[in-house]
Amino acid sequence: MLHFELVTPARLVRSEDVHMVVVPGTDGEFGVLEGHAPFMSTVKDGSIKVYKSAGAAPEEIKVQGGFAEVGANGLTVLAEHVEG
Amino acid sequence: MASLKELKGRINSVKSTQKITKAKQMVAAAKLRKAQAAAEAARPYASRLAEVMGSLASKVAGQDNGPLLMRGTGSDQRHLLVVVNTDKGLCGGLNSNIVKEAKIQARKLEAAGKTVTFYLVGKKGRAPIKRDYPNAIAENFDTSLVRTPGYDEASAIAREVIAMFEAGKFDVAHLIAPVFKTVLSQDPVTTQLIPVPAPVATTESGAVVEYEPSEEEILEELLPRYVTTKVFGALLEREASEQGASMNAMDNATRNAGDLIQKLTIQYNRSRQAAITTELIEIIAGAEAL
Repeated sequence: MLHFELVTPARLVRSEDVHMVVVPGTDGEFGVLEGHAPFMSTVKDGSIKVYKSAGAAPEEIKVQGGFAEVGANGLTVLAEHVEG
Repeated sequence: MASLKELKGRINSVKSTQKITKAKQMVAAAKLRKAQAAAEAARPYASRLAEVMGSLASKVAGQDNGPLLMRGTGSDQRHLLVVVNTDKGLCGGLNSNIVKEAKIQARKLEAAGKTVTFYLVGKKGRAPIKRDYPNAIAENFDTSLVRTPGYDEASAIAREVIAMFEAGKFDVAHLIAPVFKTVLSQDPVTTQLIPVPAPVATTESGAVVEYEPSEEEILEELLPRYVTTKVFGALLEREASEQGASMNAMDNATRNAGDLIQKLTIQYNRSRQAAITTELIEIIAGAEAL
């Protein structure tokens, strides 16, 4: 499983283990699965799609501006605003 | 000697003052809890951002063509002091301590031959700083319009400061804000805001990190955000400090009012008894004269 964290300046929105996350990067969307190589990208306004398990319907989270970082301990998205 | 009626009036007025300070103390205690929770919730973002900054900066460091916000203007002649004060009083010595710290820093810089300007956040710093530096205040930022200043206010402040920096109005910016340690102590602390001090390089995991877009472009976008986060952190600390200091000051005020009421009550009873004794003496003297 991939450890996924979504953080805004105001609070820690999500911290959970999921199957896959699709992030709207500035240079195009990218999906992150477990064991992804270290990677960093800026995020444009759009929605993050969280797949809890393989084949499950994605959950969409609207975010505005920020960064995504993939490291040894999973995916961390630092967003300026999160809707809902 | 005050008359009985005057004493009674004073006791009542001190009592109503005590009610107000007590109410303010309880309000501050409730708000403090909220402010502390907010400060707590903001910590993950700040620490993650600092981590990312550290790993990025260690890659870009040493290059002359780094982002302007990081390498600075190459001079340190003009300094901007961003002073974060509260909007409301009734919080003990908090604001005067912040102002004192700001003035110490300003004097130190002026002694070294630098010029100093101020960017004031919050209402309470305006008057005392204006008294000493009437022409050095570049900007006031009003945070009293919203109930609790949040990230939007922080990014508005950061945008303005960065715009001033890019317009070449100053070379170095310092942030002077209270740091909430305990309810009893909130010390003002000065940190450098711009140019962004190079963070201590975190130990690299050795893995090659891919960047999209390039490191420089990411850093370029990350630096303003880092400044915003610093300001946001200062606003949160200010909120917690204000409530903590207010709670403490109001607790003292309530206790002082209690002491005063006790003293006045004793004085009131003494003079009441004295009046009764005099009356009795008069009656007895009158009866004996018959």
